Amino acid sequence: MTTTFASVPTIDQVTVEERAASFTKRSIKTSAKLAGLKMAVSMIDLTTLEGKDTPGRVAYLCRKALQPAEPKYDVPSCAAVCVYPNLVRHARRFLGERSAVKIASVATGFPSGQYPLRTKLEETRRAAGDGAEEIDMVIDRGAFLAGEHRKMFDEIAAVKAACGDSHLKVILETGELVTYDNVRLASQIAMEAGADFIKTSTGKVQPAATMPVTLVMLEAIRDYFFATGLRIGMKPAGGIRTAKQSLAYLVMVKETLGDDWLTPDLFRIGASTLLNDVLMQIAKTADGNYQGADYFSIS
Amino acid sequence: MNALRLDVRKTYKLYIGGNFVRGESGRYLPASSPSGALLDNFCHASRKDLRDAVSAARSACDGWAKKSAYLRGQILYRAAEMLEDRAPAMTEEIARSTGAAPEKARAEVNLAIDRLVYFAGWTDKFAQVFGAVNPVASSHFNFTIPEPTGVVAALAPDEPSLLPLISLAAPAILTGNSAVLVASDKFPLPALTFAEILATSDLPGGVVNILAGKRGELISHLASHNDINAIVNASSAEETHQALQSGTAINLKRYAARKMTAEEWFTDSAENPYWIADTVEFKTAWHPIGL
Repeated sequence: MTTTFASVPTIDQVTVEERAASFTKRSIKTSAKLAGLKMAVSMIDLTTLEGKDTPGRVAYLCRKALQPAEPKYDVPSCAAVCVYPNLVRHARRFLGERSAVKIASVATGFPSGQYPLRTKLEETRRAAGDGAEEIDMVIDRGAFLAGEHRKMFDEIAAVKAACGDSHLKVILETGELVTYDNVRLASQIAMEAGADFIKTSTGKVQPAATMPVTLVMLEAIRDYFFATGLRIGMKPAGGIRTAKQSLAYLVMVKETLGDDWLTPDLFRIGASTLLNDVLMQIAKTADGNYQGADYFSIS
Repeated sequence: MNALRLDVRKTYKLYIGGNFVRGESGRYLPASSPSGALLDNFCHASRKDLRDAVSAARSACDGWAKKSAYLRGQILYRAAEMLEDRAPAMTEEIARSTGAAPEKARAEVNLAIDRLVYFAGWTDKFAQVFGAVNPVASSHFNFTIPEPTGVVAALAPDEPSLLPLISLAAPAILTGNSAVLVASDKFPLPALTFAEILATSDLPGGVVNILAGKRGELISHLASHNDINAIVNASSAEETHQALQSGTAINLKRYAARKMTAEEWFTDSAENPYWIADTVEFKTAWHPIGL
């Protein structure tokens, strides 16, 4: 297979940061705001990735993802719940065989990725076998930074094969890639290796998702679409905590990739605390009064 | 010295989250002396500034309540020290805003300082005074302790311009609440100057937030805001009282009215320790004991 890693364009840091900042300046009010907030809910991968996660907590998260708010607010379900591999079967048991909410599982030695390929593949197969419809793999940043791009490519391709029918999201962990050029190159490698989605971060490293980094990845997706006709999805994760931020990301997607990407099939937001802030804004818009966290379930 | 020199006039800003901000809307209003002369401009808070102040107060709440009672007392005492230090400037501010005689203004500042010291002393005493060990028939040790309710909004009356603000804020924050204070429409400058004193008194940002402008624009949002736990109203306007009382009846937040004349703020009735109990929640615990 021929690859085009060498021809990946470089990124102008100043311009990409300026442009990313410009997306926060749009004024989105009333009905457009409400529609945007509901769209954001439908794109959330409601996430819990902690050592203390229990089947009970996952069941609670699934409940919340299925029906985030009171019916009177007419809020859609979240796109997915995102959990550790051992909790996938509990999520599947709770959601049933057919559910509006998908199950995503992190895999391949999340969050570091510093594990042998053999166990990474085994982990992926187990998670998919337990019912994960989406696998969020981490790349081996050590290999990438050491210049072993081919190794990274082969690993992603092998995991993709192990996924079977499950969708593959590739986490670049942009907070560890240091430069935008690296982000762009890693995006290109991941897409060519078979990623269905590219994802910014694990949420375990600071900085997690930022708007400039997401913009670089969206542009990579756009150029890949022009070159191949394939639509790759995007998932910023970590650090998106407020309704306002989520609207800014939607604006960025719309103005970079167009309306085609404004669907949970091609854009996701990985978050845990974001959902409540969005719900509070929706309730504010519907009821007219400012909301307090006491009135919303814990996230 | 130089007759051609232009005065540098200050625009009094809102105090939100420990920062002096111009306000989300950028609006401002002129403050005039009783004779009608322009004193200075001050920022005109919008409902979004109120929202920002409430979220700043909410984030400050936890850390403030977790500080030891002793430290909260020390910090309130520090505010008194800073006010003492700036007493001449504050006296001048009150005098030029309200037209009060300098002696009267100075007496108000002195009393404000003393009142801060008075309430500073309550931080490590209110729990003993208002808490209780309750006699129960079962083999339990049963006790009741007061805990801060959370975010308290307080509306100051027009006069006096400084003393009520402090007499409303101190009993609320000494227990670990944070406060959003709405200054008088008529004499906002002393309240906004007081913010500058708080900013240099070790009080963590967001524990006290001070808004000014047209109170009428904020009343309904204060009452309906689900993240405000209690409202203390010392405004003498009956319609304000009505609006707050009916608004808070919907979401069942605590509401306390302080109906006081201007003179009463100078008396002991404004050092009422039961005011502390208006903005706490009482928690009762049943602790099993052996027979």
